[in-house]
Amino acid sequence: MSKTVELPRWIDVGALPLLNLLLALVVSGLVVLAIGENPIQVVEILLYGAFGYEEAWGYTLYYTTNFIFTGLAFAVAFHCGLFNIGAEGQAYIGGLGVTLAALYLDFLPFPIMLVVAMLAAMIFGAAWAYIPAYLQARRGSHVVITTIMFNFIASSLMVYLLVNVLRPEGSMTPESEQIAEHLRLPFIHDIAGALGIEMASSPLNLSFVYAIVISVMVWLFIWHTRWGYAIRTVGANAVAATYAGLEPGRFIIIAMMISGALSSFVALNEVMGVQHRLLIDFTAGYGFVGIAVALMGRNHPFGIFLAALLFGMLYQGGAELSFEIPTISNDMVVVIQGLVILFTGAMEHMFRPRVTKIYTAWRLHQDAGEAA
Amino acid sequence: MDTFQLIILLLDATLRTSTPLILAALAGMFSERSGTINLALEGMMLGGAFSAAAVAFYVGSPWVGLLAAIATTIALSLLHGFACITHKGNQVVSGMAINILMSGLTALVGIALFAQGGKTPALDKGSRFQPITFPGADAVQDVPVLGLIYSELLSGHNILVYVAFLAVPAAWWVMYRTRFGLRLRAVGENPGAVDTAGIGVVAMRYRAVICSGVLVGMSGAYLSTAQGASFLQDMTAGKGYIALAAMVFGKWRPFPALAACLLFGFLDAAATRLQGVVLPGIGEVPVQLVQALPYILTVILLAGFIGRAIPPKALGRAYVKER
Repeated sequence: MSKTVELPRWIDVGALPLLNLLLALVVSGLVVLAIGENPIQVVEILLYGAFGYEEAWGYTLYYTTNFIFTGLAFAVAFHCGLFNIGAEGQAYIGGLGVTLAALYLDFLPFPIMLVVAMLAAMIFGAAWAYIPAYLQARRGSHVVITTIMFNFIASSLMVYLLVNVLRPEGSMTPESEQIAEHLRLPFIHDIAGALGIEMASSPLNLSFVYAIVISVMVWLFIWHTRWGYAIRTVGANAVAATYAGLEPGRFIIIAMMISGALSSFVALNEVMGVQHRLLIDFTAGYGFVGIAVALMGRNHPFGIFLAALLFGMLYQGGAELSFEIPTISNDMVVVIQGLVILFTGAMEHMFRPRVTKIYTAWRLHQDAGEAA
Repeated sequence: MDTFQLIILLLDATLRTSTPLILAALAGMFSERSGTINLALEGMMLGGAFSAAAVAFYVGSPWVGLLAAIATTIALSLLHGFACITHKGNQVVSGMAINILMSGLTALVGIALFAQGGKTPALDKGSRFQPITFPGADAVQDVPVLGLIYSELLSGHNILVYVAFLAVPAAWWVMYRTRFGLRLRAVGENPGAVDTAGIGVVAMRYRAVICSGVLVGMSGAYLSTAQGASFLQDMTAGKGYIALAAMVFGKWRPFPALAACLLFGFLDAAATRLQGVVLPGIGEVPVQLVQALPYILTVILLAGFIGRAIPPKALGRAYVKER
């Protein structure tokens, strides 16, 4: 084999993902062209819709919050070598935990409720992830298939509960009762208003701050704790981990439960922060977007934040887009999402050999130049 | 209506609901037996359904629609293969990407072409697959037991239903009785050995995903031009995943997969009929439970409580040729 030089970090985690992202966006542009619209105009509307006015910012960051949670969820499992496709179901069941806590423990004061709701979400989400985790760790059932199945089971279960149990008497719509006003997460514009700052109202709430805190905690956990190290070791090489005295099954279960707990925080944002009640399919695909977010962010909390922001922008800008150009619906965003997953996830190695070759040639040329 | 007639009608509905599952499950089997995970069945079905309905509407022939569906799904299979086989990308990720992409793209193109909120226009009789009535079906209708079985259950389905049921023994024959099938199974178990024998692993896997594309294309066309009369946004509604579950449930083998598809199809047909029915001693049957049963059963099977489902050994691993 010919000699190759190892790629420096800035190419590996910076330039290559950007190249893939660019390709995804170019193909998206071609799709826009194909349906007879102007890609430049689409980008303009997208950007204006996402950042052009104050309210838009709030919406963008509100979507970002969900994507940070699901992105982190996917990343933690991924570090253990697992594909958790089940964030959708775990977040959904987490929503059940939050709702039950808020509806039946409504006598609690807000600060205590906040902790209780968080714990309820985590316990429900982690429990839903536990079963596939256990089956993977102890019985060798592939976690991808089981988590997909669990998404559907969660969906059926929640429809049943919403229709038959949680629906208030006399109501026709399958949704739970409203949670008490004093138990809702404060909106950022309300907090800012209390501090004397005028802000346009948007669904952005306290959970955005929480998402940032959680990102830092996940970073600390993965790279600066024993468990994090063990999880990464199991993910990198389960056999080696066994020889190092780590029991892979144990860390598979731990990683999946943490992943489930992280997914469940979507419910904090949606149920406690924005909708104030449990709705059918409130997760709206956020769990699946998490896969794209984590892959694009290279499973690092900082990368995940940037990728979540990109998708938050696409979601909010996409809403504006369907408003401005009737032929382009919100589905354009779904297409972009699919292309981003395809190019940054599935085809991440596409440019690597070529870039390595070019970089090697360039380095060899430079070295030769220095020697001369 | 007597019980017997009810059972026949339920079984009749089962045949119709299990047809797309059978075709998609066989599609999944071809791909996975060769070592390529195919989570993209859902998205491919959707793409096939859309192409079939759109082309059948323009051309006025369900057969041209079927060809368009197959062309679409072969293209998607090749895309999946390009990512997973050529570039050794992650197969799970590629599958999910295709599912998400097609969910958006079918709706987007549908709106751009027809401006009906993602639907395609309703197809008239000539552009859909019509039921085929067996000779003498009407005449024997009144014969007790056998008459009803012949006229209701066996006769009166469209061509794709019969194709699906014939595809099962055909797939079995290809898989277990031909050289192609042997090689296909071999690249899914031990690609290194196949390579040593001088057979190209990459080419073999591409051929397998193309087979997969042909089958899943038919299942998509069935949804929009045989069972239904137009494409509806996200009309597959998880059928691709149920087919995947059926394939796993059938342990990656044609006849057990057929049995699983019939079981899941039966549950689907029963769920529709059980809506609001109160059974003596049990009370009202929660329809959601019946709907979730295929998934629950698959998880139980995967957990190893009803036999053991062992996937092909090299499933999910790209082949790296030794240098």
